[in-house]
Amino acid sequence: MAKSALQAGAPSFLREVIAETPGDPHLEACMQCGTCGGSCPSGADMDHTPRALFAMITAGMRERVLRSNAPWYCVSCYYCMERCPQDVHITDVMYTLKRLAIREGHFEDAKASRAPGFAKTFMEHVERYGRSFELGLMTRYYLRHRPLDAMKIAPLGLGLLRRKRLDLTPHKITQIGQLKAILARAAELDAVK
Amino acid sequence: MSYGYYPGCSLERNAGAYHSSLMAVARPLGLQFDEIQDWNCCGATEFIAVNRLQAYALVGRNLALAAQQMIPLQNGSVAKKPDLVAPCSACFLNLSKVNRYLGEDEALTIKVNSALEAGGLSYQAGSLRVRHLLDVMVNDVGYERIAAQVTRTLGALRLAPYYGCLVVRPGFEGRFDDGEYPTSLDKLLRALGAKVVDFPLKAHCCGGHMTQISADVALDLIRRLLKNAADYEADMIVTLCPMCQLNLDAFQEAVNERFGTNYQIPVLFFTQLMGLAFGLTPEAVGIGKELINARPALAKLGVAPPPEAEPVPTKRRRRNDKSLPMPQMPQEEQR
Repeated sequence: MAKSALQAGAPSFLREVIAETPGDPHLEACMQCGTCGGSCPSGADMDHTPRALFAMITAGMRERVLRSNAPWYCVSCYYCMERCPQDVHITDVMYTLKRLAIREGHFEDAKASRAPGFAKTFMEHVERYGRSFELGLMTRYYLRHRPLDAMKIAPLGLGLLRRKRLDLTPHKITQIGQLKAILARAAELDAVK
Repeated sequence: MSYGYYPGCSLERNAGAYHSSLMAVARPLGLQFDEIQDWNCCGATEFIAVNRLQAYALVGRNLALAAQQMIPLQNGSVAKKPDLVAPCSACFLNLSKVNRYLGEDEALTIKVNSALEAGGLSYQAGSLRVRHLLDVMVNDVGYERIAAQVTRTLGALRLAPYYGCLVVRPGFEGRFDDGEYPTSLDKLLRALGAKVVDFPLKAHCCGGHMTQISADVALDLIRRLLKNAADYEADMIVTLCPMCQLNLDAFQEAVNERFGTNYQIPVLFFTQLMGLAFGLTPEAVGIGKELINARPALAKLGVAPPPEAEPVPTKRRRRNDKSLPMPQMPQEEQR
């Protein structure tokens, strides 16, 4: 299915965001009603609501959009997408903005800036074992990104361990070589524009 | 009825009670779940935030393996697509999202398949149907057949049905319930004899990964859910997602500490309640794995819970502190 705005001589940043989003996000159809921001559980923490961000995308305010904390506060609840009268795939667009911001090193809000670190630590474990490894993830993420909070989270980890809800060692899938080859090829292909 | 089964990482350990209770209730209901061999993580909400193609290839491998393992089992009947069932909301969302967008976005499909090729795999979009476990329970099994298995009615329990986000929204692949006010879990729990309370926030967010990233955001979302369940006098919150269970259960004490509340609302999986209603022992359905003790609530059913895990040393507010007399509403005393 062709993405509607791609042929239409749309502003270049808008075109880029649409091209980077899987499926057709209908972003050009946003009519600025604000239902998204009004439905957002973390809207109050965002510097720009999704509605404002979309206007800024259309206006080509590339850097200010990519520096916004909004995508990092998105909890991926899909309420905005459920309610959008124009069927804009808002949550998918938020993920696109996260990827662009990471690629270009823009994530400055102090609280939100933990999100890329968490995502990357999570990915390292999946790339190595094929499955998520919660104990390793928590240990590495806290020691690397939040050393002062590590002691605060320890009792919770202990409670989960006592109830046998955390593995002490990771589960490695059998065909880990196959998965690594697939992910490596995907990374190569992603770098080609 | 047989299904391809994608348990997901959480059900291996952290939400082990979800897996064991599902297996325990599958037998009497005549359901067979064949686990996809050598499946990998679905990427949760993390891969897609960093690299789009890796995120899609990661899920693509699971879909390719599932198709490879399930389609030959169909004995030539091509009338029906095989069903791949995920009990975890995030896994369900990722599998169904990739299945859907690969069908819509040709350029993306070509890239994903060329990544899969590096591992000798390929996937044709839409050759499987991705479904959530709740959908299978209410639509394939049905409320009547579930009710027919009940030997221990849950009539003594007031339950808050918690759907969270991703099972009902955004409906990437077929929709079986309302996106804002779903009712299928309500009806399932009623079929078990339970009293289901109104729970207006039933499809609101538990905070997802925000418990790890910004406690300010996550704890407030969790507090609202706990307050809502408490306002409607629920004995328990019943969930269908490992992430929701973990956030509401493991961070309930953190909510109490931050907001000066004293919630002690156990959070169980719906399959655990099904098992109890089917007469299974609490051990058989993984009771005792929860951090907020489900014993006081289960005592209302007259079931003897397994021995308690060692207490966790946390700074917990004393519940019955006589030095601070609290006013009691007359109706509370009667209950």
